[in-house]
Amino acid sequence: MDHKSGKPIKVSELIQEKKKSKNFNQTFEKLIPGILLGIAAISILTTIGILLTLLTETINFFREVPFLDFFTGTQLKPLGENAVFGVLPLLTGTLISTAIAMVVAIPIGLMTAVFLSEYASEKLRRTLKPMLEVLAGIPTIVYGFFAFTFVTPLLRSFIPGLEPTNILSPGLVMGIMIIPMVASLSEDAMSAVPNTMREGALALGATKLEVTWKVVVPAAISGIIASFVLGISRAIGETMIVAIASGSSKNFTFDVTQSMQTMTAYIVEVTGGEAAAGTTLYYSLYAVAMTLFVFTLVMNLLAQYISRKFREEY
Amino acid sequence: MKYIDAAQVQKKMGSRLFANNLAKTLFFLATLFGLLVLAVLIYRVLADGLGSLNMGFLTNRLSTDPERAGIMGAILGTLWLMLVVAPVTMILGVGTAIYLEEYAKKGRLQSFIQTNISNLAGVPSVVFGILGLTIFARALDLGSIVLAGGLTMALLVLPVVVVASQEAIRSVPQFLREASYGMGATKWQTVKNVVLPASIPGILTGVILALSRAIGETAPLVVLGIPALLIPLPEGIFDRFTILPVQIYYWTLDSALVAEYANLAAATIVILLIVLFAMNSIAIIIRNKFQKRF
Repeated sequence: MDHKSGKPIKVSELIQEKKKSKNFNQTFEKLIPGILLGIAAISILTTIGILLTLLTETINFFREVPFLDFFTGTQLKPLGENAVFGVLPLLTGTLISTAIAMVVAIPIGLMTAVFLSEYASEKLRRTLKPMLEVLAGIPTIVYGFFAFTFVTPLLRSFIPGLEPTNILSPGLVMGIMIIPMVASLSEDAMSAVPNTMREGALALGATKLEVTWKVVVPAAISGIIASFVLGISRAIGETMIVAIASGSSKNFTFDVTQSMQTMTAYIVEVTGGEAAAGTTLYYSLYAVAMTLFVFTLVMNLLAQYISRKFREEY
Repeated sequence: MKYIDAAQVQKKMGSRLFANNLAKTLFFLATLFGLLVLAVLIYRVLADGLGSLNMGFLTNRLSTDPERAGIMGAILGTLWLMLVVAPVTMILGVGTAIYLEEYAKKGRLQSFIQTNISNLAGVPSVVFGILGLTIFARALDLGSIVLAGGLTMALLVLPVVVVASQEAIRSVPQFLREASYGMGATKWQTVKNVVLPASIPGILTGVILALSRAIGETAPLVVLGIPALLIPLPEGIFDRFTILPVQIYYWTLDSALVAEYANLAAATIVILLIVLFAMNSIAIIIRNKFQKRF
């Protein structure tokens, strides 16, 4: 290295130097998997963090409010002197808005998937699909604005009893938001059905509708159902649309023209009001979030189970 | 013996073909329905918002007077937020993907991390907000500052980056790695000099899509207590801030009281959609232009 300086170089020194840098590289090389594992572990830490925060504060909540009272209570009055914490109004709000959304998303999403996968020409498919992806990419806050300032007034013009904030309008808009998700997952499942099966049915004289309904859909049913379940999970967890357009009434009702609150909207309302830490109101946030978390987790696991268990391999 | 009764087939043929054509039309209309709603939505937003959209709206600070209100604070807040989310989510996401694809042995740990990531992707964003509120804002006592919001958002979009990076790394053909090993490179040298450069377009696409998701997310930050108040413009990651979607949220809520706020919300949505559209276009350009096919 420094032969320019005129000093004689010892080969042994060169070897030593080389060894040193090699040693450093080797230790670095050995450290890499550990560092990367540490980074990968952050995702696990996130899950643990979610579970721990939810669990500890939920336990605190159930010290003050009996478990049964929470899950069977039809009254939710979190503020004031005699606060009552029953989660049923929030559960019905969540389930009703989800049901309305799925009434929109399942048929339209499935029909869209069938059209794209079975009927549309390759060229038409390639124009329609990106447009649907745009629909999927619109932030939920924009859908909330749309539900509140357009869909609700529109519905009110022919449903006279509809309140300015109600569960119907955000439910419908949520359904529209979920259409692309159901459509694209179902379409993936249907596209995976091998063409030989279609051709076999067509050769027997079936029409395209019969091929779709009796061959393709049954063959892809695991993926299709999984897409519905994921859609439900998405609807349960959706926040901003309902927070804006459904108001904050905590009445226990099944009337869709009325304002209802979902679990997600409750969380937004309570945190927005900056609940002081340590109060029952603050703990109720975590109990509701825990219920929400369990619901969506069960749905997601169910979807994974369905698509694994009932998958037909070709 | 005849298996097919030709007369019977003939008789039913008409209604079967009719059903087929009817279904085809119905399916097509269903597909159009989604697109129609998209068109109405965009039209409504433009019709409401374009009137309020001018230079003053972009450069003014927040004000209770609809005439003078602007979104400079929300724009800066969004930029600062992205400055936290982008590096954090990229380092965590790409690191996790490299570990899972290149280093982890196929087995329990690897499939555990993988399952965990796909489950995290399904956790509602509002729950991430609670995580951020509890850990970053309260336990670490950061409060509602850019750093707390950015870390929360980074964890929320992490699965998107991990999955996209994994796909990109997986699509690098094995012979490139083998050639690298064959020339005496170590595993890390191979990853650093061969695998990552080859998969960078896919990774970047994933990161941009994750960022565009983060830009539009509202719920976690509302839960974190991000206000839409008259606060000073954020000047760094330790300042309190607001972002475009949160601004839209409060203006929409208040439009029941002051009707002009609905127009301000719509104008902000126009800006938000333009930003999202630009980001997605960049992602698509990167994907199409730099994606090497091996």
